[in-house]
Amino acid sequence: MQAVWRPDIKELARKELETRPFESGHRLCAGCGAGIIVRQILMAARKPVVWINATGCVEVATTIFPYTSWNVPWAHNAFENAAAVGSGVEAAQKKLKRAGRFADDPDVELDYDIVVLGGDGGTYDIGLQSLSGALERRHKFMYVLYDNEAYMNTGIQRSGGTPFGARTTTTPVGKVIKGKPLFKKPIMDIVVAHQIPYAATVSPAYWNDAVMKFRKGFEAEGPAFIHAFSTCPLGWGSRPEDTVKLMKLAVETCVFPLYEVINGEYRLNGPSLAIAKNPDKKKPVEEYLKLQGRFRHMFKPENKWMIEKFQEWVDKQWELLLKKAGF
Amino acid sequence: MEVPVLGWKDLPMAAVPFVSSKAYDTGEWAVFQPKINPDKCVKCGLCWMYCPDSVYRWDGEGIPEPDLGHCKGCGICAEECPTKAIEMVRV
Repeated sequence: MQAVWRPDIKELARKELETRPFESGHRLCAGCGAGIIVRQILMAARKPVVWINATGCVEVATTIFPYTSWNVPWAHNAFENAAAVGSGVEAAQKKLKRAGRFADDPDVELDYDIVVLGGDGGTYDIGLQSLSGALERRHKFMYVLYDNEAYMNTGIQRSGGTPFGARTTTTPVGKVIKGKPLFKKPIMDIVVAHQIPYAATVSPAYWNDAVMKFRKGFEAEGPAFIHAFSTCPLGWGSRPEDTVKLMKLAVETCVFPLYEVINGEYRLNGPSLAIAKNPDKKKPVEEYLKLQGRFRHMFKPENKWMIEKFQEWVDKQWELLLKKAGF
Repeated sequence: MEVPVLGWKDLPMAAVPFVSSKAYDTGEWAVFQPKINPDKCVKCGLCWMYCPDSVYRWDGEGIPEPDLGHCKGCGICAEECPTKAIEMVRV
């Protein structure tokens, strides 16, 4: 087995300065977490990358005609077929290699990695069937889900990834129903059930862990799935400068634990592993909730039960994860 | 960089964006922009790592340089700087 690759921040910086794969001037909001995720994926690349982008914030903001922010080959897809297009690109690559086409053409490079990027709407809800199909067919690509917990691009509608109690434009806070009454869909469990070689959760605030997991996703023998946590200052009602702080707090409160699943085996990473060993380090969810406008109504005295219910759900998910990881 | 003005006959087939977004100055959005105090900077590179807009240019050795023409002024770099060497100043 080869030595494990470790990211070195200086080396990554030099590489980005040279190639500039993701150029400035895109129109993601100030403080958007997705921009950090895209950059970290490209930092982790070992070969040339072909980028398949489902409809979503990143697609809309980075390719406003006639501008493009991408210096890598890039294709836009509808919400529902991003993973299917990724499968097609991978199948074509395999076939061309086998047929020996372009083998002596110096202009054509067939040795590349494929990234499929989808938002939570394009993964939890609309694109789930094509993702499931691609995982079942064992296409070798990395699917990255950047989860900002609602359809932010179209105007903050709730999605399967929206957490309990969050205010969105389709789950407003009223007298009877206050925010989304349901809980987040366990997308990682659904994906892991496909028995793929590599699945992981990533918080870009822990950049070392994040870049390493993206690299492992590229290196996996078969489909890899990465669930990346992305703050959305617009939809969450958080201050733009708190983006990275929220990404850290989500991990420290166990709302979004960091773990990886290698061939069905669960392994906790970084701060989540530290919390598993020393439960005193776990912070209460209030610290995470209070920085966001979408949870503001929970802090009224009559809605205190909502915070308790949220905490109860987080504790239960964490217990389940600890059992899976063998703690 | 100047954006070429094309007629409909000159446009590429299908919707293919053909100008680098570097030509689009998102720096106009900003109210506050970062200013680095070189005496406090320890060259850890976290401002570069956490910038969503690839604004910082860093060769891994010197002090990272922000490209203010594209900085939207979110302030993540100032918040995450471990030595508080970055100050957000009104432009």
